[in-house]
Amino acid sequence: MNQASPAAGPGSGADTRNIAALHGVHYAVDDKVVFDGLDIEIRRGEVTAIMGPSGTGKTTLLRLITGQIRADAGSVIVDGLDVAKLPMRDLYALRRRMGMLFQNGALFTDIDVFENVAFPLREHARLPERLVRTLVLTKLHAVGLRGAAHLLPQQLSGGMARRVALARSIVMDPDILIYDEPFAGLDPISMGVVMRLIRSLNDALGISSIVVTHDVQEISHIADVSYILSEGRVMASGSPTELRDHPSPLVHQFIEGLADGPVPFHYPAPDYREQLLAQHEGA
Amino acid sequence: MALLRELVAGMRDFLANAGAMSRFFARVLVISPSGFLRPRLIVDQVYNAGALSLAIIMTSGLFVGMVMGLQGHDLLARIGSEESLGIGAALTLLKELGPVVTALLFAGRAGTALASEIGLMRATDQLSAMEIMAVDPMRRVVLPRFLGGVISMPLLVAIFVAISIYGVQLIGVQYFGIDQGQFWSEMRSSVEIEDVREGLIKGFVFGVACSLIAVYEGYNADPTAEGVGRATTRTVVISAVSTLVLDYIVTAILL
Repeated sequence: MNQASPAAGPGSGADTRNIAALHGVHYAVDDKVVFDGLDIEIRRGEVTAIMGPSGTGKTTLLRLITGQIRADAGSVIVDGLDVAKLPMRDLYALRRRMGMLFQNGALFTDIDVFENVAFPLREHARLPERLVRTLVLTKLHAVGLRGAAHLLPQQLSGGMARRVALARSIVMDPDILIYDEPFAGLDPISMGVVMRLIRSLNDALGISSIVVTHDVQEISHIADVSYILSEGRVMASGSPTELRDHPSPLVHQFIEGLADGPVPFHYPAPDYREQLLAQHEGA
Repeated sequence: MALLRELVAGMRDFLANAGAMSRFFARVLVISPSGFLRPRLIVDQVYNAGALSLAIIMTSGLFVGMVMGLQGHDLLARIGSEESLGIGAALTLLKELGPVVTALLFAGRAGTALASEIGLMRATDQLSAMEIMAVDPMRRVVLPRFLGGVISMPLLVAIFVAISIYGVQLIGVQYFGIDQGQFWSEMRSSVEIEDVREGLIKGFVFGVACSLIAVYEGYNADPTAEGVGRATTRTVVISAVSTLVLDYIVTAILL
């Protein structure tokens, strides 16, 4: 894994290789340790996949990067800035250079598709209405939904909602685009569309993408680097090919989608036979 | 002993919740001036909390007034003072019944709508999406709804009282035949501007309380269907109790 350079201001060129880097991150909720010395580096201009069994803290990782939560220990550097040490004003300035696609789209249900995409522009930039219209239609066209501008979020399919949310997340031309389970619940056609959009937007806009997903096969087509998390640490990292050849049984189980292995099929329970017999005796 | 432990735990929870709500209220107050920089957002919420509550407020007001007309006439007829129906009804409605019933109706209609709307925004990641877009949900979502509620309440109280007095007049004058001129002139000569002011002050205070409770419960709802439902229920219950407690406190101060 690459070593991160020291933190510096954005654009200073001190860390030109990584857009984000987490080092020695510890994070716990109540007594449950989520991360125990996590190290991850996200390269500029690449699509980085974060994978792992359910409950390994993938979404928590995104919340650390966006500064919604703060690590108990370790550093989270985004574009040269230590997220945990940023005052709210600077954190918001950093977030203006981020876009995030939520698993359910998180579209505002009281306004139509056009206004959803226009929302960040109206909040942050005082632009003439004609320019707002042009920008919004351009982004909607990029995701193939210019014709759906007048629809309400309730009238969209899951895949369409995801694409509208994608248009909204790129309307401010971010440097980093973060995807939280972008393929969850999509039909194969929508999944293919979203998959191609992630890659093409990353390359066309020259941004860096972080994709949290379970869909090993799909992400292997578009990711430059993948990380597999387990037990609060990075279990494996590398290109899709490197991960397929990885010796770890857990990585093998995850990549092949095996029901049983290091991650057991059964939730911890008393002995099956003893439990059944005990029930009979009790009856 | 177990009862004492439960009592202490309950008291601790209550104080913790009260402290959290006080901090939330302080934050809302601090950012309140910035809310008026975007009046359009407040106007939208005055429409949602106020205008959309008009039907229930006016219907309830009419029937409350008519019941007051029936009961008031029955009571006053026993002492031969039916013509005082207008004064009694006006003062009761302006100083007590108007603000309190309006606040209870407001909590049931607008308060629950506010809490469930914000709670659902939390549950569907809309508030998180705003945070990621560098938009503060407190300023963009909570503040306009709070201010909209605070502005709406005194207006709704005024409308409720006006419709209720019309209801009293319908029963007293049209049904029981009290002299129309006497009904209105006695009301005009006895009702002071302070009485009107008391009603509006109560409307404002209840508006602050009910709106605050609704936005607080919605904003802090667990992001699940059950959590939103619980927040909605708590909004009605806490608003109703707070209204009655505050009514006593404000009345004691103003009298």
